[in-house]
Amino acid sequence: MDSSEDLAIESTSNHEAYAMQPADLYAMDLGNLMVFDPRASFSSPAECLEKARELIQALSDKLYELPATVDKVGRLVTLPPPTTRLPREKPLPKPRPPTKWEQFAQKKGIKKRKRSKLEYDDQTDEWRRRHGYKRVNDENQIPWIEARDTDEPGVDPFEKLKSDKKERVAKQEKNQLSNLKAAAKKGGKGALPSTLQLAATSLPITGSKTPTKRMNKDEIGFAAGLASTATASGGKFDKKLPGEKAPKQTGKHRKFLPVVGSKGQSSKEKEQLGNVLSKVLAKYNHDILDVGKAVSKYNVEEEGKRAQENKKAGGKGLRKFSGKDRSAKKGGLFNKKSGGSRAGGGSGGKSGGSKKPLGTKSAGSFKGKAGGGSAKRK
Amino acid sequence: MSHKTPRPKQTSAGFEFGTMLRIVKPKTKRAKRMLEKRAPKVDENVKRLMLLQGTKSSSLIKNVISDLYHLKKAGGAAVKFSRKNDNVRPFEGGGETSLEFLSAKTDCSLFAFGTHSKKRPNNLVIGRMYDHHVLDMIELGVDKYQSIAQLGGGRKAAPQEGSKPCFAFLGDAFESKPELAHLKEMLLDFFRGEEVETINVGGLDRVFVCAAAGDKVYLRHCGIELKKSDESKFPRVELVEVGPCFDISIRRSRKPSEDLRREAMKMPLKTAKKKVKNVKGDSLQGKIGKIYMPKQEVEGMALAKMKGLKRERRQAAAAKAAAAADTPAKEGDGSVVAEETPTQKKARL
Repeated sequence: MDSSEDLAIESTSNHEAYAMQPADLYAMDLGNLMVFDPRASFSSPAECLEKARELIQALSDKLYELPATVDKVGRLVTLPPPTTRLPREKPLPKPRPPTKWEQFAQKKGIKKRKRSKLEYDDQTDEWRRRHGYKRVNDENQIPWIEARDTDEPGVDPFEKLKSDKKERVAKQEKNQLSNLKAAAKKGGKGALPSTLQLAATSLPITGSKTPTKRMNKDEIGFAAGLASTATASGGKFDKKLPGEKAPKQTGKHRKFLPVVGSKGQSSKEKEQLGNVLSKVLAKYNHDILDVGKAVSKYNVEEEGKRAQENKKAGGKGLRKFSGKDRSAKKGGLFNKKSGGSRAGGGSGGKSGGSKKPLGTKSAGSFKGKAGGGSAKRK
Repeated sequence: MSHKTPRPKQTSAGFEFGTMLRIVKPKTKRAKRMLEKRAPKVDENVKRLMLLQGTKSSSLIKNVISDLYHLKKAGGAAVKFSRKNDNVRPFEGGGETSLEFLSAKTDCSLFAFGTHSKKRPNNLVIGRMYDHHVLDMIELGVDKYQSIAQLGGGRKAAPQEGSKPCFAFLGDAFESKPELAHLKEMLLDFFRGEEVETINVGGLDRVFVCAAAGDKVYLRHCGIELKKSDESKFPRVELVEVGPCFDISIRRSRKPSEDLRREAMKMPLKTAKKKVKNVKGDSLQGKIGKIYMPKQEVEGMALAKMKGLKRERRQAAAAKAAAAADTPAKEGDGSVVAEETPTQKKARL
């Protein structure tokens, strides 16, 4: 609501601000070639064309009055800047933040100086360009390098020059990248030069806001394995690169044991099946029970619970007789006391109630042993 | 036997990769120029219009879209999509993502979307973008329409393609009603074209006439004819109906949020004047500039041929003069000039 009123107010103020000539009471925006008559009234669309003609006549007259240069093309008129403000289509360009070198230079007071395009080459006694074709001090065209005492015997100084240059270039690229990243971080994407795009190459597909992490070696290996087997013949006949190992077997691997056993051994397949069967049977078998173990297990459980309760109650009881608790927080103290006693009573009651019949789950935990025993018996 | 290493987490659609911030540099100068053209600038380009159609459209709306395209076609200021865009729903919650994507791809800041349904017949949604996000929109219903083809396009008074139009607004409703004030601003933005400092007054050849009466808005596109006037020294203006003729009513509208509007209206600070290159000078010397000539091959230049100076011609002329002088005195010279073949002649010359 407010915005619409503002819009209306702004438009009227634009028109009023622009000169209302004594001759015509139209609001004109010459920069946009616009004329507006708020007092016009008409009955039919045909009539409005008549009125419009008058308005345009007034506009044209106004335009002819503006300062002009008469050219062979026609009368070229200089328009005033437009009065109606229209919104931009893109945000204003942000100045890019200074790079690390620029900051340093500003701090130290180092100023840029303009270098000449040509430099005098003493070796050839002529003027050569500073950069480019046949430049002064070209690294690739050094005819000889004198050996020094500090040189190592196996090192090729020409190669060394080349590798040094490569290092310098790589360092410069890295610095440029870090400058751009710092600019993007500080000023957002708009602070980058317009001819670059920072691309986030893969976005999290789940759409979660959690920051994604890089793939680790295992994940990459897994993805590579998937890719290599994603061919018609399962990747078996593909040419491998020198040094590439066969893809690790991932996924379900069904191993079939030999049915006929080697000498002295019974069939492994039969043994395995037997193990599986005994496990399944033992789960639902209640009469196979090691009583001693069951009792000791139960006792251990009980003792553990009681120890915990004592710890809790004991701790609270200790606090009850300390000096600092007595003076302040009387209400709280009482609450604690009663809570503690209630807890003790509750847990005691619970432990009484939690007596499980010995035949159930605790027996199930011995299934392995019992199952094995039963298998042997069979 | 199960594999020992744990499987990486597999989401429903694929694996989660890490985000890599990569700098993409343009590889050619052409690409660089294109990016610079589309980048945010102080002096902006002309706003481009993209025209779309919805799931269902009538022939009237199709004519409207094609006429708007013709009006703004000059200089590449309009892009028309021929396919139906089903997932564009301007006034619904998430229905603008497709519009914004297309705006970013084609670098268009204005859009016009035409649909037709029983509830909203002949619907035209016009809107603007800021930074490729929808700034504001107005939904118009086109009640009556006459296309450029129907009106004949005006034979003599037909405006030139791409010329800057004039605007004439009639009726106080454009001031009093906020929706109409919004429409006025929108129409100005849509059709004004480039911002120029100088124009040729003789070249004014089109007007957009918008008249508001009650709830309806009459939009007419007319050509200007300048005729000799008897009363004043200025020429007389005549309007001839040329292009599309709309009778529209405003249905819905969406104003920009206040902070977005304020940001879009930000003006650049007054910068220093542009540097003019290659101009030096002072009061003594005056204005001086250097003219850089390319290297010229003086030897092989294609100059005007002076055939009269050729040796053969001179000799022939001299011989003729001598013969003319001699024939009254003598009968025959005795000397016979043998006929030359063309190749011998060429070799000589």
